[in-house]
Amino acid sequence: MEFRYLPMTDSDKQEMLATIGVDSTEELFADIPEQIRFRGSLNLKKPANEAQLKKELADMANKNVNLKTHASFLGAGVYDHYIPSVVDHVISRSEFYTAYTPYQPEISQGELQAIFEFQTMISELTGLPVANSSMYDGGTSLAEAVNLSAAHTKRKKILVSKAVHPESRAVIETYARGPELEIVDIDCEDGYTNLQQLADAIDENTASVVVQYPNFFGQIEPLEKINELVKSQTKTMLITSSNPLSLGYLTPPGEFGADIVVGDTQVFGIPAQFGGPHCGYFATTDKLMRKVPGRLVGQTVDEDGVRGFVLTLQAREQHIRRDKATSNICSNQALNALASSVAMSSIGKHGLRKMAVLNMKKARYMKQKLKETGLRVVHEGMFFNELVVDIGSNVSEINKQLLNKGFIGGYDLEVNYPELKNHMLIAVTESRTKEEIDIFVKELGDLHE
Amino acid sequence: MNKKDFPLMFERSKEGRTSYSLPELDIPDFDLDADIESNYIRTTPANLPEVSELDIMRHYTGLSNRNYGVDSGFYPLGSCTMKYNPKMNEDVARFDGFSHIHPYQETESVQGAMEMMYDLQSSLKEITGMHEVSLQSAAGAHGEWTALMMIRAFHEANGDTNRTNVIVPDSAHGTNPASATVAGFKAITVKTNENGLVDLDDLKRVVDEKTAALMLTNPNTLGLFETEIIEMAEIIHEAGGKLYYDGANLNAIMGYARPGDMGFDAVHLNLHKTFTGPHGGGGPGSGPVGVSEELAAYLPKPLLTKKEEKYVFEYDRPSSIGRVKPYYGNFGINLRAYTYIRTMGAEGLKKASEYAVLNANYMMRKLQKEYDLPYDQHCKHEFVLSGKRQKKLGVRTLDIAKRLLDFGYHPPTIYFPLNVEEAMMVEPTETESKETLDAFIDSMLAIAKEVDFNPEIVQEAPHNTIVNRMDETLAARKPVLKYQK
Repeated sequence: MEFRYLPMTDSDKQEMLATIGVDSTEELFADIPEQIRFRGSLNLKKPANEAQLKKELADMANKNVNLKTHASFLGAGVYDHYIPSVVDHVISRSEFYTAYTPYQPEISQGELQAIFEFQTMISELTGLPVANSSMYDGGTSLAEAVNLSAAHTKRKKILVSKAVHPESRAVIETYARGPELEIVDIDCEDGYTNLQQLADAIDENTASVVVQYPNFFGQIEPLEKINELVKSQTKTMLITSSNPLSLGYLTPPGEFGADIVVGDTQVFGIPAQFGGPHCGYFATTDKLMRKVPGRLVGQTVDEDGVRGFVLTLQAREQHIRRDKATSNICSNQALNALASSVAMSSIGKHGLRKMAVLNMKKARYMKQKLKETGLRVVHEGMFFNELVVDIGSNVSEINKQLLNKGFIGGYDLEVNYPELKNHMLIAVTESRTKEEIDIFVKELGDLHE
Repeated sequence: MNKKDFPLMFERSKEGRTSYSLPELDIPDFDLDADIESNYIRTTPANLPEVSELDIMRHYTGLSNRNYGVDSGFYPLGSCTMKYNPKMNEDVARFDGFSHIHPYQETESVQGAMEMMYDLQSSLKEITGMHEVSLQSAAGAHGEWTALMMIRAFHEANGDTNRTNVIVPDSAHGTNPASATVAGFKAITVKTNENGLVDLDDLKRVVDEKTAALMLTNPNTLGLFETEIIEMAEIIHEAGGKLYYDGANLNAIMGYARPGDMGFDAVHLNLHKTFTGPHGGGGPGSGPVGVSEELAAYLPKPLLTKKEEKYVFEYDRPSSIGRVKPYYGNFGINLRAYTYIRTMGAEGLKKASEYAVLNANYMMRKLQKEYDLPYDQHCKHEFVLSGKRQKKLGVRTLDIAKRLLDFGYHPPTIYFPLNVEEAMMVEPTETESKETLDAFIDSMLAIAKEVDFNPEIVQEAPHNTIVNRMDETLAARKPVLKYQK
């Protein structure tokens, strides 16, 4: 059997064995005790040739309904936005995607500068001065923010709004078990974080308050008021998770006083790909710069004074500080951060606001159509590009029927909020046309009756 | 800007230039500003670039030319397994039916994706000899922490709440002690003996009733197989601890030995190392976790299983540590790993390990003529040299690494592991030809000669790169982390 990724010939092998001074490669494995030596053959599928395997995988892919064949109104943290062609052309350049973390700056200026530009764009969007090179995703980035707030304030209590993405909250719960933090849920009322409950819960032991802006239901939380509540306690930090597209139109959390802003840049140039890899971002204040998890790229000069970039402030990181590191993160999402940088460059300063506005206007058209059809749109007040509608019957059942009509329906809120039975979270991006919205609403209305 | 500076995207920006393509508003217009309170409307736009599409391509093509990947040349970066990234994997990952599927679609509409995940889980179970596998963890360090959280949950479920210590060899990756801390444990160091292996006497000394786990890479970061692994497993298990396998070096032993058979209770794998996921300039990776039957109940949820010929996500797992990541892991990277495993099969994976080990031993024997080899024995997929001899002549390992840049190579990992002075950790991988190895060996030997006769050329390297050595002190003292006009 030939293996195209293995270039050694038999004569190469013989020469090399002679150099090493052994008769067979088997001798090189003789140090593995016989008791634990695997003498069988791994029970795996037979090797497949390229054409055959590609066909098999294409068949597997074709079993999946996808966002290209169906019009999607599903969001809940992962969105169907247009991806400019330039994105894939850039990230397909193998000097980027086959490189490791840029440990050797002299031959990694491309990656380092691209990350530096990413950091700049995230800083611009969030209104905070420091952004890192990326995190695994929005959920783990949020959990790391929570842990940082506890370490920094030396407090254990964290208040988390139930209008934060349920899976991010679940990740926070798991991460919090290491440092043994106390996570207190703050309920929602009419689609917003209950501010009275928040005010009652916050005290001098509170390390941070976590809200999502816009929140999981699409509503725009009153960050100004929330920040006032949070800052009524000294040292308590405000952490927000934000869809970065929304920050093209909305006042950035940093301007309201948020101490850490995190989220996911999937909306910029990264396909949904069944939930990953996406790309977490992490932005914070100058004060917390030396406690940020993950890689930071900084500007400097070489011996001739030429501008260049390096990984910097590495004394925070695991490979230097080991058990004293601020986080254990090593690999991050560099290539996806690059994809998002390309997409953000393509959308540009003016396109960004325009894109955010398109999302908001189309979502408002959806709201109006739903109301006209007699469906109850549950929340009032400011929202971004998602809204909650009571469809009067089981969301999952309706979604199965919508699939046959060419639609991927919205998110079933009952999964995480038992009180929201028959409630669907609908996302409307710029990709959805008037016609798609009209037909979708009509189908929903028909199925409702 | 210095005339040799490569412009930033922001410096290419010109007011009014655009490259976006957005749909026209096809619905009745809406007065948005009346709908949003004025203080929630951004007053200054985020200063993203204003550039043309060609500007973007020229910019990033220019940046890519200032970067070095496996496709550019040999990349023997120890511990990172910089093997060839198959192009077919990239094509497959871009199929619409994989790339453009939403994690919250009805599971009946994504059975193909779930089939791939299930099949990958099965393959990884077989390769590692573990009982169950979860694909949820995003990267190696994330997998380490996930496994430690499971071990923690296991001890707690047994009322064993005083197990606060995780033992880590002094030669371990930095992520090991860091993950132990994040999981709420105290990292305890165990020493390496004169043979480059975990010192069993020291292990016995540090193991006690507080031991939650021992984290071990096997072969270890010196590239040596821990031959006393059976005894180590006994020591840890007898003390009531668990044995954790850091899969960073699995590329050495596929089809030759399995962590499950060695007595490991939990493992993580780096699909972006052993299974050809591209490193992407730092990520994304994927760090699946495998466990013994005893620990299976603690795996992150949901767990992908198969019920009556249908693939399902199982959420009803009361002992689970919960979620470690939203959704189901880095699906796109898992898919690339799956494609690789299907291309290679059992025979191909074993051959990959065979050649990874052959290549490393060949290079080690050729290079030990000029460089100190602290542990002179057969290695596995990588080996560690010491630049001690050269240091005496005033040339440091860092200089040698920089000189290699002039020869067109990515240098080995340097100054790691920490227990070898002036360390150079070389991992050739199996996808390199003998000609490539020979050319690199020749360069290393030539540099050794330079150290003897012309040390300045090494000390002052690199000479041929687009920038010289960077002022890292300046970067850390006066951090500039974003573009400012």
